[in-house]
Amino acid sequence: MDIFVNLTIAGLATGMMYYLLSSGLSLIYGLMGVLNFAHGSVFMYGCYAGVYTFSKTGNFALGIIAAVVVGAIVGWVMERVVISKVYGQHLAQMLLTTGLMLLLNELIKIPFGSNILPAFQPESLQSSWQVGEVVIVKYRVFLIVLGLIVAVILNAIMSKTKLGMTVRAGVQNPEMVQVLGINIKKVFSFVFLLGSALSALGGALMAPALGAVNPEIGLMYQMTGFMVVVIGGMGSLTGTLLSALLVGLASSYTAYVYPDAATAVIVIVMIVVLLIKPSGLFGKGAE
Amino acid sequence: MPDKLILKVKDMETHIGQYHILQGVNLEVPEGHVTVLIGRNGAGKTTTLRSIIGLTPPSKGSVEFNGQMIHGLPPYTIALKGMALVPEDQGIFSTLTVEENFKIAMQKEDKVTLERKDWILDVFPDLKPKLKQKAGGLSGGQKQMLSIGRSLVNDNKLLLIDEPSKGLAPIMVETLANAIKQIKSHTTVVLVEQNFWLASAVGERYYIIDDGQTVHEGVMEDLIKDKVLQQRYLGIGTKE
Ligand SMILES: Nc1ncnc2c1ncn2[C@@H]1O[C@H](COP(=O)(O)OP(=O)(O)OP(=O)(O)O)[C@@H](O)[C@H]1O
Ligand SMILES: [Mg+2]
Repeated sequence: MDIFVNLTIAGLATGMMYYLLSSGLSLIYGLMGVLNFAHGSVFMYGCYAGVYTFSKTGNFALGIIAAVVVGAIVGWVMERVVISKVYGQHLAQMLLTTGLMLLLNELIKIPFGSNILPAFQPESLQSSWQVGEVVIVKYRVFLIVLGLIVAVILNAIMSKTKLGMTVRAGVQNPEMVQVLGINIKKVFSFVFLLGSALSALGGALMAPALGAVNPEIGLMYQMTGFMVVVIGGMGSLTGTLLSALLVGLASSYTAYVYPDAATAVIVIVMIVVLLIKPSGLFGKGAE
Repeated sequence: MPDKLILKVKDMETHIGQYHILQGVNLEVPEGHVTVLIGRNGAGKTTTLRSIIGLTPPSKGSVEFNGQMIHGLPPYTIALKGMALVPEDQGIFSTLTVEENFKIAMQKEDKVTLERKDWILDVFPDLKPKLKQKAGGLSGGQKQMLSIGRSLVNDNKLLLIDEPSKGLAPIMVETLANAIKQIKSHTTVVLVEQNFWLASAVGERYYIIDDGQTVHEGVMEDLIKDKVLQQRYLGIGTKE
């Protein structure tokens, strides 16, 4: 029983990080049909920015802020310099963002090398709570709470503001949004920046849970991010949240029983969901 | 004295991919009237409207709207100059509520705009009780009213409507005809319509588009009398 509770908390914590990683990916695709293969690299830059800043300043919050800023800047430059030039050209987008991923993965090695960089949790979150038989790791609870806060804020933006309304409408019919007098490219640029910042935030928070980071992490999380988005349904934040938690839990339980299958189980979840509902849990093809 | 022209399309040509879809469209739309575009399936009526508002930008020719050249501008800029489109598929945001569909269209939320919205809800009273519901749940006719209503919420000078009668029951088509007659007093309308009854009920001037070109124009009453023209370009009048 205590094992089950622990695995559940671990799975939810990882799931929340998957949510931060994937929400931007989902909106970017939903709005403009852009498959961003460099999104995982932004996550990885978030890891490094957070870990490095924390190690230099001893201030964990500062590390998180640094990661968000780095993510926003990298995302903004990427969108302005590369992606905005190839709107509507899917093959060019795929090739260019893949190129960007390779470039970003190499660039990070210049200051940090290709070896692993250890990542620490802040002292105040290192301990655990003992509740009866169950040991609850504080850092995981911290991740869940923070993830929930972000989810609530994003949800409020999407449902209450005109920007959110525009994004929801744009995911469904970008052409019509334009015809109503809205410059959808501007909306998209902002969403891209926001999505990149969230991905980097996820990276900075995830790194201490992993214990160490390396440049290859970008590619690994890129694949996970895509799978989460596909399972949840492109363009739906609610779908992304559910899917991220589902994937986090599934891999957490599997990792306990059979560690080698922790990634394979995500693929299995994806196949099962797509067989039942090809557009994903909350995909737009589903009316 | 001739009316002021709100829209003047000259020798417009449009390519979509490698296809040469429009090959010379000429239109002169007088302010304050309903101009109808008719023509067979696939003649290029939809592409004409989409080219005017910039969704499929013309590759040749010119589009003058309210005294300004607008061809080559992005659709949102053209829309902000006072043009609106009610597309063939209605373009309703089904995941948004009816109210949100209005809200996203509003360029301003000032008193005049809100008054205009009240007026729209008087023209389409069916929408009133549905404001808080998801637009996806509306009936086909209600969706069409929402689409037209939404396009009226700003102070537009020109409204392009693409086959609004498509898939509607005859009683709804009558409602639509009345609505367009009311709209006419506020906004100039260019209406693509295959339903000849609706076209003749509201249209004042007509253009016939065939094979991507405007081939005929005139006053609606003349077309109503001209069975030969109707049969040649519209395929009507064969039965009866
Ligand atoms: N995206 C596209 N790619 C290729 N051909 C297209 C595209 N859009 C339209 N066409 C072609 O252009 C021609 C004109 O199409 P358009 O939709 O403008 O006709 P229409 O007069 O509106 O027809 P309908 O009465 O069926 O609505 C058709 O032959 C159509 O097949
Ligand atoms: Mg058409």
